Amino acid sequence: MVLRLEDIPGLIYRGAKEIRRSLLFVEGVSGVGYDEMVVVRAPDGIDRVGRVIEVGRGFAVIQVFGGEMGLQTDIAVKFTGSTFKIPVSDEVLGRMFNGRFEPIDGMPPVVSDDLRDVNGSPINPAARVYPNNFIQTGISAIDGMLSLVRGQKLPIFSESGLPHNRIIAQIARQATVLGEAEEFAIVFAAMGLKNDEARFFIEQFRESGAIERSVIILNLADDPAIERLLTPRIALTVAEYMAFDLEMHVLAILSDMTNYCEALREISAAREEVPGRGGYPGYMYSDLATIYERAGIIAGRKGSLTQMPVLTMPGGDLRHPIPDLTGYITEGQIILSRELYSRGIYPPINVLPSLSRLMRSGIGPGKTRDDHKDVADQLYDAYSRGVRARDLARIVGEMGLSERERRYLKFADAFEKRFVNQGEYENRSIDETLDLAWELLAMLPEEELVRIREKYIKKYHPKYRAAAAS
Amino acid sequence: MSLEERVGQIERISGTVVDAVGVKDIEIGEVVEVGDERLIGEVIRVSKDRFTIQVYEPTSGLRPGDKVYATGRKLVAELGPGLLYNVFDGVGRPLHELLKQGPFITRGIKAYTLDRKRKWYFKPTVKRGAEVAAGDIIGTVQETYMIEHRIMIPPGLEGKLISVEEGEFTVEEPVALLRTKDGREIPVKMYQEWPVRVPRPFQPEGRLPLTEPLITGQRVIDTFFPVAKGGAAAIPGGFGTGKTVMLHQLAKWSDADVIVYIGCGERGNEMSEVLTEFPELKDPRTGRPLMERTILIANTSNMPVAAREASIYIGVTMAEYYRDMGYNVALMADSTSRWAEALREISGRLEEMPVERGYPAYLPDKIAEFYERAGKVKVLGRPERIGSVTIIGAVSPPGGDFNEPVTIHTLRFTGVFWALDPELAYSRHFPAINWLKSYSLYVTSLLSSWATSFSYHAEELAEWWRKVAPSFPEYRSKALELLSVAAEIESIARIIGESALPDDQRLILLTAELLKEGFLRQNAFSEVDSFSEPEKQVLILKMILDFHSIAEKLIRAGVPIERIRSLPHISLMMRVKEDPEKVKAILRLTEESRKALLEIAEEYGVKLEV
Repeated sequence: MVLRLEDIPGLIYRGAKEIRRSLLFVEGVSGVGYDEMVVVRAPDGIDRVGRVIEVGRGFAVIQVFGGEMGLQTDIAVKFTGSTFKIPVSDEVLGRMFNGRFEPIDGMPPVVSDDLRDVNGSPINPAARVYPNNFIQTGISAIDGMLSLVRGQKLPIFSESGLPHNRIIAQIARQATVLGEAEEFAIVFAAMGLKNDEARFFIEQFRESGAIERSVIILNLADDPAIERLLTPRIALTVAEYMAFDLEMHVLAILSDMTNYCEALREISAAREEVPGRGGYPGYMYSDLATIYERAGIIAGRKGSLTQMPVLTMPGGDLRHPIPDLTGYITEGQIILSRELYSRGIYPPINVLPSLSRLMRSGIGPGKTRDDHKDVADQLYDAYSRGVRARDLARIVGEMGLSERERRYLKFADAFEKRFVNQGEYENRSIDETLDLAWELLAMLPEEELVRIREKYIKKYHPKYRAAAAS
Repeated sequence: MSLEERVGQIERISGTVVDAVGVKDIEIGEVVEVGDERLIGEVIRVSKDRFTIQVYEPTSGLRPGDKVYATGRKLVAELGPGLLYNVFDGVGRPLHELLKQGPFITRGIKAYTLDRKRKWYFKPTVKRGAEVAAGDIIGTVQETYMIEHRIMIPPGLEGKLISVEEGEFTVEEPVALLRTKDGREIPVKMYQEWPVRVPRPFQPEGRLPLTEPLITGQRVIDTFFPVAKGGAAAIPGGFGTGKTVMLHQLAKWSDADVIVYIGCGERGNEMSEVLTEFPELKDPRTGRPLMERTILIANTSNMPVAAREASIYIGVTMAEYYRDMGYNVALMADSTSRWAEALREISGRLEEMPVERGYPAYLPDKIAEFYERAGKVKVLGRPERIGSVTIIGAVSPPGGDFNEPVTIHTLRFTGVFWALDPELAYSRHFPAINWLKSYSLYVTSLLSSWATSFSYHAEELAEWWRKVAPSFPEYRSKALELLSVAAEIESIARIIGESALPDDQRLILLTAELLKEGFLRQNAFSEVDSFSEPEKQVLILKMILDFHSIAEKLIRAGVPIERIRSLPHISLMMRVKEDPEKVKAILRLTEESRKALLEIAEEYGVKLEV
C-alpha cells in the first residue's frame, strides 16, 4: 500500500530521540494507539511505513519497514490512527506486490473501501468445519502416506540445496480434489527468497496458467528484512479474503519461514528482550501461531484455505526452534532428506518422521480407497524395519542379516526407488499409488502384513487379484 | 463507594501487558475493563502509584490515557447447569454464543458462561425449614441424560431455608431463600461463582488415599502404567508423537463421570475435531453421546496469550465443582507447556528476572499448585459424598527433549509418567508410550483393586474372573521383564545380527514382538479395539505369556526357533485384538496356539508337564 505523508490528516511530529536499527524512539507524542500504523519521512524524502510496537505517555517505539538506511533523528512522523490495513477486492487476482502491498507489476494499486487488518482475527473453533476433502497431489509419498486435505496446514521441512521449490511447484501444478474440477487459487508469499527462486515460481505459475488465479507477494533476499514480518500476514489476509469472501479454494505457499523467524529475532534483539532458545524470542510460538492458524474451512462458506509453508532447517536440525515450534502448530510436516536426494531420489521425502495429522479424516472408502489406511500403516512398518535392517547391515554386513531382515532391506530399497521416487512431471492417481504400494508389499510374505485387515489382502493383494482375473 | 470512582487511565502498552494509574485500592487479581471496548483484563502487579494489567484480548489501538474500569471482582468461573455439552474460550465465554458475531472472534464481546434464558427443571431434595450449610445439596437438575446436576449451597453460606420451590427456572431465578444466623435473607440460585485461582474447599483432612484406577481402555495405560482416580499424570512428547490423540482417547473412554478437556494453545482444527466427533461417539457404558458428560475449553494457539494462562484455571475450577457434587471428574490439559509459555511471555513483559530457559522462578510453584488440585476427597456438605479430580497434563518439550523445566517440574508433582517416544511414532506404533521409560507410582495400590473394579463388563465371566484376576499382577511384571530383557538383547542384536543369537534369546525377541504388536499397539481409530475392555487386556496378555512359557520349554528341549516362528498362530495373535468377537476369539486362539505347541512337542518328542 503506497502511503504518503501528505495523504494523512493530523499532526506531524518532528525528531526522534534515538534510532536503533529499524526501531525509532519518539517522544512528546500523544494520542498514539498501540499497533497503529505510522508514516515516517527522513531528510532523504522517502516515505516509509512503520508500526507502533510500544507506547506510553509521551513516547512511542516505532518499527520502521522499508529499510533503515538514510534514517536520521531529524525526521517527520505522522500517525495514521489505525492499524496496518490493506484494501481488498477481486482486483487482487493475478497481481504481484511487494512486502508492503505496493504493486510491483506496473499496474495501479488496488483501490477498495474494504480494508482488512493484516493481523486478522482468530477463527472461532466452533465455526470451523473439520477438514476432510482429500487433495490428490499426484506425488505417491504424499498421497499414499502423508495425505493432504483441504484446509490443512502442512509445512515442508527442508534444507538448503534440496529441491523443496520444485516439489511445491509440482504440488501447486497437480493438486486437485477428487471428483471436483475446480482448481486451486494460489497465494504465494516469498520471504527473503533469492531472485531466481522467486522467478522460478512465477514462471511455473505462468506456464500452468495458475497466474490468473494467483496473488504473489514478494519480499526478496535484498528487500528489507523487517518487511518479512508483514509479508505472510498480507498474503494470508488476501488468502482469507479469497477463500471466505470470494469462496475460492486457496493454496497459500509461504517460503521461507526461516527468514521470517530471523527477522523476528532481529526485532526482538533490537528491543533488548529476554532471548529464548537460540536467541529467538519467547513469544515465537504465539507469533507463528497467528500465521499458521490462518488456515481452515468455515461453516457456511464455500471456500477453503490450505497452507504449505516451507522452511529450511538450519543445519538440518529438526530440533532447531524454528522447525520445532512449527511442528507443534502445524498439522504435520513433510521432511526432506539430504541422504535420499544424494542417492538420486526425487522427491526426497523421508516418510518416517513425516506426518499428516489430518490424513485419517481425508482417506478411506468414498474418499480414496478402503484399503488406504491399512496399506499406509503397513508401508510405514515395513519401511522402518527395512531401514533398521540397512543400519544393521552396515555393521554386520548383509550376510549377517537373517532371512527376514534381508527381505525387509530389499523392500526398503524398492520402496525408495519405485514408490517415493518419481518424475517431476509424473502425476500419479491415488489408485496408481496404492496399486504400486501393493506391488511392493507383495515382496513380503503374506503373514508379515499384520497391519492390513484380511479382507483387504483378499481384495487387493496381487496374488489374489491375479487369481481372480484368471 | 460507587464504581464510577474506580476508574484509572492507561500509561503504557506493550503487547497484552498494560500499565495504568489512578485506582488506589486496586487489588492483585482484580478484573478490570480496559478502553472504550472494555476489554477484559486482570491486575497482576500493584505498586504505590501504578498497576499492571494482563489483557485477555488483543490490545491494538489502545492509547495512553484511555480509561480503565475496575470491577471489584476477581476472575471467576460461573458454575451451574449448562456447562456440560458446551465449549468455552479461555475466559469462560461460550463459543457458540460468540458465533453470533461471525466466524472470527473479534474484540470486546461480552457473553455469560451460562445461558441466562434457558430454563431448567429444579427438583428440591430438602424441605422448607431445613438447616443447610456450604456444600449441602438442596436439589437436582437433569443437566444431560447422563449427568444429574446437584445444586449445592455455595461455600461460605449457612442458615435455614425459608422457602424452596420446584419447577422451571433460569439460572438467575432464585430456587430457594436462605436466612442466615444474623437474619439476612439470601436468595439461592442454581449457579454460583468461584475465583478460579483459588482451589474449592473440601472437608478438613478430607483427602483420601488413591486406590481406585481410572479405567481408560488403553492397554499400555491400564495394564502397565495405570493412573488412579484423583491422581495426576503427565504425558510429555515432541510433536507428532501422539499426545493429542492419546488425550482424546482418554477423554473418550475413561470411566470418569465428567470430562473437562482444555485445549490450551493448540490447534483450531483439533478442537473442531472434538466438537464434530464427541456428539457422535457413544459412551461404552451408557450408550449416550460422549458430549453429554464433557466440558470443552478451547483457547487455540492464535488466541491471546493471557487468556491461555487463564484457561487452565477456569477448567480446573469447573472440574472441582462437579467433584463437589460427588462425581469422578477427569481433566485433560493439552498442552500445559503452552500455559507455561504464556507465564513466561507475561513474565518477560513484566521484566521479571528469568531463571531456566527464560521461565520465571515461580514456575515450579505454579505447576505444583495446578496438579495439587487433583485428588480424591470427602467433599463439603450433606449427604456425605466422595468426589475426585484426576488431572492428565500433556507436556510439549522443545525438541522432544525431556530435560527442560516444564517436563522436569511436572514430573515432580505428578504420579504417572507416560513417556512418548519418537522412534515408536515413526514406525507408527501407537500409542507411542515407551514401556521402558514410563512409570506409575500408583501401581502397587491399584493392581489388586484393578482386577475387581470393572464388573460391569465381566458379568458373564464373573466366576472365572475371580480366579484369574489375582494372578494378573504376576502377568504384568512378567511382561515388563520380558520387554526389558528384549531391549537388551536387541542392542546386542544390533551389533552381531539377530541370526547370530541363541534360540532362547530369539524367542524372547519373538515374544516381545508379540507383546508390542498384539498387546501394546492399539489403534485409536479401530471400531473394535479403540476401547479395550479390561478382561480383554488381561486375556491377551495371558495368551501371549502362556504361549511364551510353553515355547520356552520347547526351545530348551532343542526345538529350533524357526519351527515356532513358522506357526500361523503368531500372526493371528498379533491380529486377534481386532476380532469383533473379542474375548471369545482370544480364548479360542489361546487354546489353539497351546495345542499347536503341544503338537510340536510331540513331533520332537519333548515331554511337557502341563
